[in-house]
Amino acid sequence: MTDREETFARVAQLIAPFDKKGVALAEGTTFAGDLEWDSLTVMDFVAAIEDEFDILITMNMQAEIETVGQLVDAVEQLRNDG
Amino acid sequence: MTEALSTPTDPADHPVPPTAPGADLFSKFDALIAEREALLDTGVRDPFGVVMEKVLSPTLAIVRGKETILLGTYNYMGMTFDPDVIEAGKQALDEFGSGTTGSRVLNGTYQGHKECEEALKDFYGTAHAMVFSTGYQANLGLMSTIAGKEDYIILDADSHASIYDGCALGNAQIVRFRHNNVEDLEKRLKRLPAEGGRLVVLEGVYSMLGDIAPLKEMVEVSKRHGAMVAVDEAHGMGFFGANGRGVFEEAGVEDQVDFVVGTFSKSVGTVGGFIVSNHPKFEVLRLVCRPYVFTASLPPSVVATAATSIRKLKYAGNKRAHLWENSKRMHQGLRDLGFTLATPEAQSAIIAILLPDQDVTVRMWQALLEAGVYVNMARPPATPAGMYLLRCSLCADHTSEQVGDILAMFESAGKAIGYLS
Repeated sequence: MTDREETFARVAQLIAPFDKKGVALAEGTTFAGDLEWDSLTVMDFVAAIEDEFDILITMNMQAEIETVGQLVDAVEQLRNDG
Repeated sequence: MTEALSTPTDPADHPVPPTAPGADLFSKFDALIAEREALLDTGVRDPFGVVMEKVLSPTLAIVRGKETILLGTYNYMGMTFDPDVIEAGKQALDEFGSGTTGSRVLNGTYQGHKECEEALKDFYGTAHAMVFSTGYQANLGLMSTIAGKEDYIILDADSHASIYDGCALGNAQIVRFRHNNVEDLEKRLKRLPAEGGRLVVLEGVYSMLGDIAPLKEMVEVSKRHGAMVAVDEAHGMGFFGANGRGVFEEAGVEDQVDFVVGTFSKSVGTVGGFIVSNHPKFEVLRLVCRPYVFTASLPPSVVATAATSIRKLKYAGNKRAHLWENSKRMHQGLRDLGFTLATPEAQSAIIAILLPDQDVTVRMWQALLEAGVYVNMARPPATPAGMYLLRCSLCADHTSEQVGDILAMFESAGKAIGYLS
């Protein structure tokens, strides 16, 4: 597995407990549309991602992230910056 | 009055301008409109449409012709009908007129505004005080102005809408931590880059559940990581601490807090907002804070009532003691009846009852109103974690008899709707 594939797998694991509908995850899966998450779910999930990767995803960045693939890219970049 | 409000109007009297098909900007609210209509179609009264026809005292009003005990106001210290407060307002109305018609920085600062700021400085023991037109605008102003694009605002996930909206208005980087979780706050402070300023935003009392923040620990962690600290004491002012300054006073962190934000619309008993601070450069905010500059200042009568009320609140130790008695007795009484409450013990003047869903909550709310007690109903998105709540807020002017009557009404209402056995 590449680093990115590994990050995708870890993100997918963290999505699972919040994924009530059992959506099949892909790069283009959207949090609001496909997973139907409300703002409270997003808050809990973002906190879980931050703690898993020891990063901060500001609310400003969250506003730009719509898909699982975009989140994985952001996590990769934040880990490399740190 | 109320009859006129509920009488349907003839649509022909209010013609709607034509809109292109599919272009009605209100379409986005259709789901909410449908949900609301479905609820009201069940025959319940509108929890968000209550009209107080007469207000008899801080704890009594007439609703639909019925004398009703108020258990859902923010009038914690019962100052709204204080004779000195009323007199000050009348005098200011006579001497300074009904309104200022201008901004604080132009023609809208009267003698009364300065006296109100002096009263705040004396109450909080601070070097500076800045009065805004509402508490909402005070938070909007602080968040949007003090932190720039390179700075970080670190806030509790359950922060009030005015704090979130202030962040949205500004350009700072926004980081959230889990509600009242000191460890979660520290983890995030540790992850911040070395560059950029830091403002940690806390509230003394969180108004939905009535829980208080562990301010001693949170302020210590924030200071250790080089952050400035703002505490919103909207629901703590008047009630907490020996001088009634708020939870931060009771927690013993007064010398560590950079900004205290507050409101006149709760314990003070009128409307308006403020920030107090000891920062030597604080006064510059009057020039750069848009929610301060670009709005009309408070009417003279309002700042006069606020100043008088604030001066009296400092010495209201007996009222504080009685409010605690009321809050503790109500909390114990509701638990004994079998209600589930948001906090294990009374932590503030707000007691939140957790109910399973909207249906039970609205029916309970209505049964209470019909019995003669008004409480707040709260629902998502105002509440954390999708909760349905009945929020009770006590007043220092509730008599012991009223608290007993209220508990009896909760028992009968709970049984009437089949929630209590």
